[in-house]
Parts: sequence; structure tokens; C-alpha cells
Amino acid sequence: MFFTRTKPKRFVFSRGIDDVLIGVYNAYLFVMRFFKEGFRRPFHIRVIIDQCFEIGLRSLTLITLTGFVTGVVFTKQSRPSLEVFGAASWLPSLISIALVRALGSLVTALICAGKVGSSIGAELGSMRVTEQIDAMEVSAINPFKYLVNTRVLATMITVPILSLYCTTVGLFGSYLNIHAHEDTSFISFFENGFSTLSFIDLFTSVFKSIVFGFTIGIIGTYKGYNATQGTRGVGRAANQAVVLSMFLIFIEEIVIVQVSNWIKFF
Amino acid sequence: MAKENSQHTINKEEKVISIHDVHKSFGELKVLEGVNLDVFKGENMVVLGRSGTGKSVLIKLIVGLLKQDRGNVNVLGKDVARLNEKELNELRLRIGFSFQNSALYDSMNVRQNLAFPLVMNKKHLSKQEINTAIEEVLEAVGLKDKMEQLPSDLSGGQRKRIGIARTLILKPEIMLYDEPTSGLDPITSAEINELINEVQEKYNTSSIIITHDLTCAKETGDRVAMLLDGVFVRVGSFDEVFESQEERIQGFYNYNFTK
Repeated sequence: MFFTRTKPKRFVFSRGIDDVLIGVYNAYLFVMRFFKEGFRRPFHIRVIIDQCFEIGLRSLTLITLTGFVTGVVFTKQSRPSLEVFGAASWLPSLISIALVRALGSLVTALICAGKVGSSIGAELGSMRVTEQIDAMEVSAINPFKYLVNTRVLATMITVPILSLYCTTVGLFGSYLNIHAHEDTSFISFFENGFSTLSFIDLFTSVFKSIVFGFTIGIIGTYKGYNATQGTRGVGRAANQAVVLSMFLIFIEEIVIVQVSNWIKFF
Repeated sequence: MAKENSQHTINKEEKVISIHDVHKSFGELKVLEGVNLDVFKGENMVVLGRSGTGKSVLIKLIVGLLKQDRGNVNVLGKDVARLNEKELNELRLRIGFSFQNSALYDSMNVRQNLAFPLVMNKKHLSKQEINTAIEEVLEAVGLKDKMEQLPSDLSGGQRKRIGIARTLILKPEIMLYDEPTSGLDPITSAEINELINEVQEKYNTSSIIITHDLTCAKETGDRVAMLLDGVFVRVGSFDEVFESQEERIQGFYNYNFTK
């Protein structure tokens, strides 16, 4: 059945505000349905695994390149400032803190929002406007569970894995840059780097990535699943999926950092 | 094939679809305004009307893709609007829906498209049984050699046939065809009309055929219902409907056969 509610005949506030409020309410219903369907059979494990591979492979090259460049450039740019204070030996710690606590998960999430979010939005949007989703429904197949739940779960699984991978590649890039300047061994770089990190840093990073994965998946599927107005609607769904998920990722980053700092303080 | 020559039997005692006083609006736009229609077992009912008169809305109400604002839609003895999700899915398995643009899953080849509803709904079937069912329906629509092709590699007429085959694989009691001949050349249209009649005879289905193509209506319909301005203005055999001197019906007839 169509998910989005029809617009009211009269506006409560104004057309713009009402549209936003209706959009938020529809998104809330969509998220609630995701959780409700998540506990019902069938779980489509095979489809989730396929989607994980698809999402992972689709983003791997770009994440490898971005992670490596981030590590190298960040190290290169930080060295002169630290050398002024005679603190160049703190470089591995600085890079580890930056990559593990923030950059690794954030960079991965932004890449996935662009690549995976838009692709999910366009795929589902195209299925909606060509009646493929209706065709599933009339064949007694639950399209929400088959298309939405599987993709959102796949992004929730894949984004943290890609995020850890991006952090590792970034650290490796940083190590190569440091090794080119001074004769630091691989082991001492990582010992130095991880000595300043706590379990809560790693836990927060993984938790953040799960939240980012959920955001990318749910926004992409929501926009695609509710696409209207033919091919124009498909393009708009893909575009909005990217813009909205990036916007939410930044907000989530700020909130989670604040909360994790608060937890560390206590 | 002229419809009058067909051998199938219609059981006028048994209504498979009964639509009573159905109203449906989209915002300010009123689409259906008190529609009444009965379809009997074994019957091909053609719903004729201009584009945008609510023909497709009507069959979407029958499978529960949309919900009416008022009135009853009764299918195989069940009030569609009152069914829960499980009951609705059980009913949907007894109805085949052929979409206007076929709605084939474009990431799957023909075999996967046909296997998908079976794999998802009839988990007890073996691979062998699924393959046999696929071969059987592909033979019925005359496209056995297209099994490994993607929908994008098929012509419009072939896609329509595969769309029909995908619905037949679940052995439905009712078939709903949404504009089965739209966008097709006259020869392919005639082949699709013939296929609709073959399906009726071979699978003993009752059908609603939504169209604005009078040739399709004449060749496939046991009865024709003319939908104008949100209500059925005339229901009967093709000749009975177009015997009417009503201006709108005559206008529709003349436009179709003189254009």
C-alpha cells in the first residue's frame, strides 16, 4: 500500500512548514516499520549478505584511496606544527586519535552516503516508478522487508567494517610518511599510536559507524521507496538521499562526540 | 480469434468479484463515484474508458494496493478492506496482476523473474519443481527460448508475455490485466488478445481486462463495462454496450474506430 499520507486540504501553519512536519512524521512511521519488520520472519539472510558484498565492493576502492591520502596528508600537515614545539614524536598518537575518534568513521560515512545512499535511493526509486515494488506486493511478497530491511541492515554491518578498514589504511599511510622522514619501526609506530587510545574511543568509533550506516540506509531507502513523478522523481530521490544523510551524519557526529566526552568525564 | 467462438463456460451463479458502491478520491480529485460491478467465475470482464477515468484504480482496489473511501470490494468471498496482512497475502496468491508496463524486475533475468514469486511463497518446492513450473508457463506464453535473457533485452510484447507468465506461475483463479495492449503494434496486440483468451481457457481464470482499446475489448471480453465520469454507464456484451446512442459512448466508439 502507498506509505506516504496525502497532503491536507488546508495548511495548519504554512505549506512549507506543513510539508516538513508531514515529511518528519512519514519518516518516523518508516523507521518504526523498519524496527517492526526486523523482528518478523523471513529474515532474508542471503539477500543481506549479497547486499553487504555489493555495498562493500562498491565503496572499497574509493575508501582505500581516501583513507590512505587522509593519513598521508594529515601527517604531512601536522609535522611542521608539532616540530615547532619539539613534539614530533607525538605524531603517531595525534594521527591515531584523529583517525580512530573522528576521521575514519566520518570519511567512510560521507563516502558511503555519496556512493551507497544515492545508489539505494535511485534503485528503489526506479523500482517504485516502474511498479516493481507494487508487483512484489501483489505477489504476496513484503517489499518493505525484502528491499528496505535488507539494505538498511547491510549498511549497518558494512559501514563499521569499512570504517575500521579506512582507519587502518589511514594509519598505514601515516606510518609510510613518518617512516620516510625518520627511521620508525612499524611496531613502535602502532605502540605509540594506540597508547593514547582507550577502549571507549574504539567503541564510540564503531558505534558511530553503526549509526551512520543506519542513517545512510534508512534515508536512501525512504527516499527511494517513496519516490514519485517518474524518472525526475528517481533523480530527486538519489540526490535527496545524499544531501539529507550527509546533513544527519554531521549532526550525529557532534551529538555522539559530546556524549562520549561526557561519558569519559565521568 | 473472435470471442464468440470460444468454448469456455461461465458460471453465472458464482460471483468471484463483487464491487458495490465504491468511491475513491485523491485529495480533491474524485475518481470513482459509486461504482458497482460483478464478475462471474470463468468470465472475462473488460473495463473500458478513457485514460484517467480510474480503471487502474479499480483493479488496485481489488488487490488491496489502494483502499476505497466508501463501499465494498468483495473478492473470492472476502471483503478486501477488512483483511489483515496475512489474509490479504493469501488472497493475493489467488489473483494474478499483469501490469501496464509489465513491471519485470530488471536486475533479474526471465528465469529469476518467474522463480521469484515461487521461491518466496512456496518454500516447500524443490529446484526441479520450480524449473518445471517455469518451463510450463514459458511454454504457455510461447517464450521458452528467452529464459536467460534480461527484461531489457526483450521487446514490449515479449515483456508483456513474461509479465503474464509471472502471474500464471502461481496458478491464480483471477487475472487482472492493466492495459495489456497499450504501446504495442496491431499484430502483437492481436497475439496478446489471443493469449488472454488462451489463459482463460487453459487455466480457467476469471479476468478483468482494463483497456481503452476497442479491438482488445471485442476480442477478449465476454462482457464489457463502460466507465465514464467515475461510474459504469453501461455493462453488457460488446454489441449491447455500443448499441447505446449515448453521446459519450458513441464518441468513444467513433474515436477508436475512425482514428
